Parts: sequence; structure tokens; C-alpha cells
Amino acid sequence: MGVGIEVVDLNAWYGVTHTLKDITLNIPPNSATALIGPSGCGKSTFVRCLNRMHETNPAARATGTVKVGDRDIYRDASPVEIRRRIGMVFQRPNPFPTMSIYDNVASGLKLNGFRNRKVLDEVVERSLKQSALWEEVKDDLKKKSGASLSGGQQQRLCIARALAVDPEVLLMDEPASALDPVSTSKIEDLIFNLKNEYTIVIVTHNMQQAARVAENTGFFLMGQLVEFTSTNVIFTKPKDKRTEDYITGRFG
Amino acid sequence: MTQIRPSRSNASIRQATNHIVTAISILSTIVVLVPLIAILFYLIYKGASSLNLAFFTHTPKPVGESGGGMANSIVGSSLVLLVASLMGIPIGIAGGVYLSEYGSGTWMGAIIRFTADVLNGVPSIVMGIAGYALIVVHQHHFSALAGGVTLSIMMIPTVTRTTEEMLRTVPNSLREAAYGLGVPRWRTVLSISLRSAAPGIITGCMLAFARVAGETAPLLFTAFGSNFWPHSLNEPIAALPLQIFVYALSPYDEWHRLAWAGSLVLITLIMLSVGLVRYVTSRGQLKGGM
Repeated sequence: MGVGIEVVDLNAWYGVTHTLKDITLNIPPNSATALIGPSGCGKSTFVRCLNRMHETNPAARATGTVKVGDRDIYRDASPVEIRRRIGMVFQRPNPFPTMSIYDNVASGLKLNGFRNRKVLDEVVERSLKQSALWEEVKDDLKKKSGASLSGGQQQRLCIARALAVDPEVLLMDEPASALDPVSTSKIEDLIFNLKNEYTIVIVTHNMQQAARVAENTGFFLMGQLVEFTSTNVIFTKPKDKRTEDYITGRFG
Repeated sequence: MTQIRPSRSNASIRQATNHIVTAISILSTIVVLVPLIAILFYLIYKGASSLNLAFFTHTPKPVGESGGGMANSIVGSSLVLLVASLMGIPIGIAGGVYLSEYGSGTWMGAIIRFTADVLNGVPSIVMGIAGYALIVVHQHHFSALAGGVTLSIMMIPTVTRTTEEMLRTVPNSLREAAYGLGVPRWRTVLSISLRSAAPGIITGCMLAFARVAGETAPLLFTAFGSNFWPHSLNEPIAALPLQIFVYALSPYDEWHRLAWAGSLVLITLIMLSVGLVRYVTSRGQLKGGM
């Protein structure tokens, strides 16, 4: 089951650039939350702070409190441990090209020393079914490389890979922006089904996508969270003038 | 206004340019391959007739006696190269991993990279003298070990720099994918970065191996050479390049022929070992993978 995320006064920097300014918000569990905003507004940095991926860049720094479930991830845990509980799907599909489809899905467990074949088989099948890829790849699981699949299939493989370690939260950084409309709608269907079991945070450039999949939506602008409320409200009665301008297409 | 749209005459010029460049690259390939093939055929022509069972099973005969072989040199070369590879390849790869994954952008990394590049340019005879001064003088005798260590030091910079370059071609998105799954950094380096860069790193190791396999100068002062079967790594040992060197400089026709045969064997062994490594490491590849 998913857990909620509580963010208080989160600030982030790349070198001297202040990319996130005093972000405070509550993401409810078992729901999809969309983050929208123009390029460079800090929404990607924000999700990368939620699993401490931000700090893999040597020039990056973050302060503030992020509580996932009841744990303060910047104080109570190591980044490695945190990332096992918070899955991430990236903008460009990034399956491991040297691994088979099977090994890609099992990689999170295998690379952490998990060896039980029977359990691995079950996890791989369950994850691929969850990401709606099982039927397309079940005959080539160990024969084909993850990189041999089409772009949309690769992205669903990456989702399966993230689900295989049984995370509580799934972070998605523009997961469909490199895909065609058919693949995009498959990914959206997937998010719709997965949000009953996981807490999903999805960064997107596509406002229709936010409207279709998310219960709540946050609007970022120049490193600040301008507005965060239910998707319905933000698209029909935004409180802030800047949100309204962005949503109606007056800029961005 | 300047004409931007391609005209018909423009197209034919482009086509001609295409043909010329293609011809130049084919010609260059031939120019590169001809000396290699010529050397190989010349060695076969000069050396093949002296190859017989005795060449591969016997040690050299003293001056004046005919027959004898280079069996001890073949074994000796293999041992020296084994020592060199066992030492040079792991250290070289570890150095490359440091430069690319941990030390990039640090002072330490810059110093190591510079040192490796300088080491790569040191003449092999200087490496031989260094091996002599650092190992042989302290041990008070020549040895296979001294030869192997000296060759390994020649392998390290090549292996380090190719490992670094190959690791840099691994997209960062793959490392992030592993981090995102909660895989620790050391494991990501081993199972993702090194694994993805493996084909290039293997090529680098093979280049370094092939280069030192034919080295004579560094062995003159370290392995020294011998006319007998090796009994341990801690005594002077024969090596094919050394034996070829000695025989080629001798005044005897039969020794000249043996030198040719030795050269043929040396180049064949290098090709065989490179081919074998390529074959073994290319097995089990996946469809559409790397």
C-alpha cells in the first residue's frame, strides 16, 4: 500500500542556482498527484528530492523536511534504503541494454543480492502484468534485451522494473513525453490502475494528462509552488492569477 | 537571395563527392591492411618451413648442433604475459573506474590521468631499465616475475585510459536507473557501468596485451632469457621476443630461420589469444542488446 508524503520548507540548489524555494505540501496516499509548470520551474528537481536522487549530482544540495509515511528521509535513512521504497520512472525509457527483459524487471532485487529463483519468477510475472506488458513479452523474457523493445514497451518495462521492488511511492518524471499518443494512453491507463495501490507523483508538461490521471495537481513556477489543490479546482477555478494564465495558455 | 534549394548540378556534385570520399576510405583501409597481410605472408614464407614438432617441444640446441626448438620460449612468454595480465588488467581497470566514476573533476583524478598519459609515452627500453633498477637490483637476479611486473606497468596506462573512456560512454540515465532501484553505488559500477562498457574495455585490454606480448627491450633487463625449461617464476626465463632477438643477431643461417619461425609463432599466438578472448566474451549475447 502507498503512504503519504509530507514536505515542509524544502529548498534545493544546483551550485548557486536556487531551484526550489520553500516548498510545503501534503501528498495524500494511494492517489495520483500531478505537477505541472513550464520548463525549468523546478518540478523535476522536486520529485528528485523526494527519493534523494537530487543529491547524486555533486553540485546539488537540499534542505528541509520530507516525510514519506512516518519516516523523515533526510534524517532517518540512507539514500539507498529510501530509493528502494520509492520507485522512479524517468523521462526517457532507460532499460539496461545488457540485460534480458526478465533481468531488467528482476534487476532491483538481483542487484541487491536477492537470489531465490521461484520468488523472482513470480515477481517478474506479477510486475509485467501490472505494467500491462506481460502478454507482449512473455515468450522472449530471457531471449531478448530490454533495449530491443519499442519506446512505449521500454517505458512499461521500466515501470515494471520499478514495481518489482514493491515500492510505496512511484515517482514519474514526464513518463510519456518521449512516447507516441497510443503508448501515452497505455501509460495513463496504467497510472489509473496503479494509483489504488501506490502513491503516484507524476511530473507532466501535458495539462490534459494531469486532468485525466490525477486527483490533485500542483503548479510550479520559477522554483515556487504557486498552487496545490484538487485537479478539478485548479483547472476550473484556480485561485492564483498566474495559475490561470498558465492553464489558459497565456504563457508557458 | 542566395540559392538554398538544391539544384540539379548541385546534386551531381554531391554524388561525386560521395563517391570520392567512399573511394578514399576504402583505399585507406587497404593501405592499413596491406602491411599487416604482407608481414604475415612474409613470415609464413620465411618461417613456416622451419616449423616442426621439435620447434614446439624442444629447447634450443647449443651452437653447432642442428635442430632444437623454442618450446621453453613459448612457455616462458605465456608465463610472463600471464603475470603481466593478472597484474596489469585489474589495476588498470580499477584505475579507469576511479577516473570515470569517482575521481572525475578532482585534482587526484587529473594527476592520475596525466601520469597515465606520460607513462604511456615512456620508451619501452626505459621501462626495462626501471624494472631492472626497481626489481632486479633488489632481488639480485633476473626473473620471470620482474619481466611480468615490468610489462604489467606498460599495460596499466592503456587499460586505465580505455576503461575511463569506455565508462564515459555509458549514459548517466543507466546509473540513475540503478540508483532509483536502491542499488548501492559500488554495485552500480560493477553490474551496470562496467558491464555496459565491457566490450570496449575488453578491446583495450587486448590492445595492451598484444602490445606488450611483442616487447623485447623491457625483458632484456628483467626476464633476461634462458635456454632451459622454466622451473619457477623467480628465475631468468625465456621469452619469444628475446629468443627472436638473440637468434636474429646471430651469424648462423639456421638460427636466422628459427628467428623467422619464432616470429611467425609469436604473431599467430597473439592473434589466437585475441580471437579466443573475443569469441568467449561475445557468447551469450541477447537479441537487440549491447
